[in-house]
Amino acid sequence: MENTPEKFKHIKGWGIDADPKNDPTYPMKRRTNEEHKGYSWERPTQQPINIEVLHSNERPNVTAVFGESVPPSGLSGMIRRFAFKYSENSYLHWLPLLVADRVNVVEGIVEDFAGGKVPNIFAEKGYMAEWKHNRTGLLTKMAVVAAITAAGVMLLVRKDDDDEY
Amino acid sequence: MLAMNYRGPKRVRIDEKPMPEIKHPQDAIVRVTRSCICGSDLHLYNGNVPDTRVGSTFGHEFTGIVEEIGSEVTKLKVGDHVIVPFNISCGQCAFCKQELYGNCHEANPEATAVGAIFGYSHTAGGYNGGQAEYVRVPYANVGPTVIPEGMDPDDAVLLTDVVPTGYQAAEMAGIQKGDTVLIFGAGPIGIMAAKCSWLFGAGRVIVLDKEEYRLEFARNYADCEAYNFEEMDDPVLWAKKQTDWMGADVCIDAVGAEAAGNVMQTITGRKLLLQAGSATALHWAINSVKKGGIVSIVGVYGPTDNLVPIGNVLNKGLTIRANQASVKRLLPRLIEHVQNGVINPKGLITHRIPLEDVADGYRMFSEKLDNCIKTVLIPPSARM
Repeated sequence: MENTPEKFKHIKGWGIDADPKNDPTYPMKRRTNEEHKGYSWERPTQQPINIEVLHSNERPNVTAVFGESVPPSGLSGMIRRFAFKYSENSYLHWLPLLVADRVNVVEGIVEDFAGGKVPNIFAEKGYMAEWKHNRTGLLTKMAVVAAITAAGVMLLVRKDDDDEY
Repeated sequence: MLAMNYRGPKRVRIDEKPMPEIKHPQDAIVRVTRSCICGSDLHLYNGNVPDTRVGSTFGHEFTGIVEEIGSEVTKLKVGDHVIVPFNISCGQCAFCKQELYGNCHEANPEATAVGAIFGYSHTAGGYNGGQAEYVRVPYANVGPTVIPEGMDPDDAVLLTDVVPTGYQAAEMAGIQKGDTVLIFGAGPIGIMAAKCSWLFGAGRVIVLDKEEYRLEFARNYADCEAYNFEEMDDPVLWAKKQTDWMGADVCIDAVGAEAAGNVMQTITGRKLLLQAGSATALHWAINSVKKGGIVSIVGVYGPTDNLVPIGNVLNKGLTIRANQASVKRLLPRLIEHVQNGVINPKGLITHRIPLEDVADGYRMFSEKLDNCIKTVLIPPSARM
């Protein structure tokens, strides 16, 4: 329903200072107030929903088109399904999704091994570029990581030795 | 086909993946000729965007040749070489009808706050992106635009995001003739925003960053002033002194979630993910703009919360304007600018690498190696 003076005639002064030029959304938005009519536009043809699509509970349906990459699966998929019970306003939506993403990384490694593929972490992290353009920095980083790892191992070994007495 | 394959934070590789198929009557299948790595891809690469699933293909900046069309596609034909805007938009919803093509309500089921973007996680619709040989392009009657005859493909691919986003940053800033524009970030978007600020009549354009090579690039490309904030005790105080203690008329945040410059923001926003990215640039923008000024945000943040001085927004009477660029709305004007030599998009490109080297490309861009500003990935078929 349009916002006509007739609709608001019971409110004294409705719209008397309205100034269409005072529109900070211009020029991003060619204001026609389409949204005042609600979710009533002629929707595009619905893409067949042949996979599991998790949709925000802030909308009543799946959008007319959607991406079909990587449907939810496994433990990460269970966590994502839980997350989508909550609105985009809730931490219980976003934080579980971040957790699911991390779980999904482990699932990805398992999937690689299950498929007979050993992930080449060095190549996946693009260390060839680092080796070519920042060799000193890369070697320094590797030395620091090695030193921290060695120190950690030594501490653990010493702790185990102490525990024997 | 070959496609980039996300395996986890800072881990990507090239893999064989199934060819995309027509899933909707308005779909097209496009053979990619150019795709880019965008600064906002780094938020995905670093694992900071919720619902980024292992196995996804990134890439929202690409051009390509139409290989196949759905039964309802009338505005493209097989063989057309097209610019594909990074946002997916239906053209029919209340928001598209008002030219908010970055805010379509019929393309992203997973989040109502976010429009749909190619290759940008399930929070942006779960679409595979253009860092591949082929891509499914929904709503092919709406977004894709045929590359004008004679336009260099390297110019065209930057019209999918970098140029419109930089231009809209300046446009949203409401720049008036003579205004001082202060831009945070000398990445491709910040540099383009600086270039475009002049088109709106800016009197002075200043860019802040911490990478000297980027500052030098910005000075040369955008004819602007560019300074290293690491050489300042306090960038906000520096900005006040530069503007006769008034503050800049307009500030533009062209950094977003990966901002450096504040230890607390970096730890809470980038390392611990306790907020939706580091909001250092936005914090500085709010505090550096004059009273009654405008802050324009095109830097990308995550969907949760950020620590920003909102009290100062109120007390200074600021206007904050932000959006994902409405590429389709801006394309006709920007194509004119490119054809008339007003904007030279391909001048931003510093690296052209084979698609197969995508992992090295991400590392190079992420770590700012080899003076990298903008990387273009070229699939095998486009190299023949």
